[in-house]
Amino acid sequence: MNSYMGYVRKDGSVGSRNHVAIIPSVVCANEVAESIVQNTIQTQGIIHHQGCCQTPPDLERITDCLIKVGENPNVGASLIVSLGCEGVDTDRLEQALIATGKPVERINIQELGGTSAAIQAGIDKAQELVLKISGYQRTEVDLSTFVMGIKCGASDTTSGVASNPVIGYVADKIVDLGGTVIFGETTEFIGAEHILQRRAKNDFVASEIGRIVDEMEARAKAIGVDMRKGQPTPGNIEGGLSTIEEKSLGAIVKSGTKTIEGVIGYTEKPSGKGLWIKDSPGREIELLSGMAVGGAQVILFSTGRGAPQGFPVVPVIKICGNPITYDRMSRDMDVNAGKIVTGERSIEEVGEEVFQMLLEVASGKTSKGEAIKYTKSMDFYCLGPVI
Amino acid sequence: MSEKIRAIKNHDNDNVATLFGTATSGDIVTILDKAGKGFPLTVLQDIPYGHKIALIEIAVGQQITKYGEEIGIATIPIALGEHVHIQNIDSIRGRGDWDKEGAAK
Repeated sequence: MNSYMGYVRKDGSVGSRNHVAIIPSVVCANEVAESIVQNTIQTQGIIHHQGCCQTPPDLERITDCLIKVGENPNVGASLIVSLGCEGVDTDRLEQALIATGKPVERINIQELGGTSAAIQAGIDKAQELVLKISGYQRTEVDLSTFVMGIKCGASDTTSGVASNPVIGYVADKIVDLGGTVIFGETTEFIGAEHILQRRAKNDFVASEIGRIVDEMEARAKAIGVDMRKGQPTPGNIEGGLSTIEEKSLGAIVKSGTKTIEGVIGYTEKPSGKGLWIKDSPGREIELLSGMAVGGAQVILFSTGRGAPQGFPVVPVIKICGNPITYDRMSRDMDVNAGKIVTGERSIEEVGEEVFQMLLEVASGKTSKGEAIKYTKSMDFYCLGPVI
Repeated sequence: MSEKIRAIKNHDNDNVATLFGTATSGDIVTILDKAGKGFPLTVLQDIPYGHKIALIEIAVGQQITKYGEEIGIATIPIALGEHVHIQNIDSIRGRGDWDKEGAAK
């Protein structure tokens, strides 16, 4: 079965969830946004720490990111919570979200007379939005509409050999079925960028891969850090990694084997189907947010040590390559890929298990993290300083 | 002598596999491919958990392949069943010491 049950949006994108996003346009509106979320169902707070006293490019970047999160197909409606004097262009944010055809409301804390008044007004607005969208029905859609994000974190020796290859298997399958896969973590390409470049669709895409790696390195060098030097680390070598190529390939293997269609910026969505690279750092909160900004409906997340993160509006499926970690943290880990290293299951068998779970989660089944509300790991990746 | 120790071969073209277990010289380990098919291999020397074992004889300068891609080259001859690590392979990336400029210094 190569279909799933999703919420078809007006622009043709398909949601695996139907949340009301409560979007503070600036960090100063987080308290109000959180209170609204606590007092309503079906709402998720887009709680970030940006939006003011930043460089103009970063303010534009945050505005773009908030727009794209509101556009994410897992969001059925949005409530913008504005302080009133923020640096983010809240008018542009509101206009862009109205253009999606989804219900949008906006409140202004300063105009409403402060925190408690804004919380009350916000709960009323959120309630109206929930009533508007809660009756939406799922319909059966083809997997070619599917957009998947991928990530690895808290990795160990098993990640490169068990859980990342499992994600690679699923990524190849989604691409073969006409869907879209986004992978990122530019910092982890270092040492194996030449191998990724061989998979590029054309010379331009290959040069773009080189460019984003060079830029990420240059940013580190600008503060006196050489990310390439001393890789692999003594701990990596003790664990069995011999070269930087091996270390980087262990991370890249989760992208599968398909052609790389293009490189997109942190605030961008893929402009077509297939496998795409998103220029992004490796840290969970910024990477997961980048995937949501890119339109991901579900994120597959590989771990060995046990990374528990989850995003507000996008379900994250945890695939654990280490059987000991899985036993210890089975309430956080959705799939036990540790069976690969114990010889009980093959990479292909666990890959099929994950693929089936992906269809179920895309169709509405909750991930373990969602069920216990581990869904707040987010922030946006900025380039400039706070000023 | 433990066939219970397993090693994962990630790609059909790989000439190394990653061991999940601590093997001692003379142990017979099971090499598993992506589909879960296994074959036995005798370990030539002690190999720690998470380290690599050679699946064929590898000559000096020959590519070490994992995930179907190169992870380095052999710096000394490597025998079947031998531990493959920094003592017998080296990166071919970021080698400033190989650059003409570097050599001139």
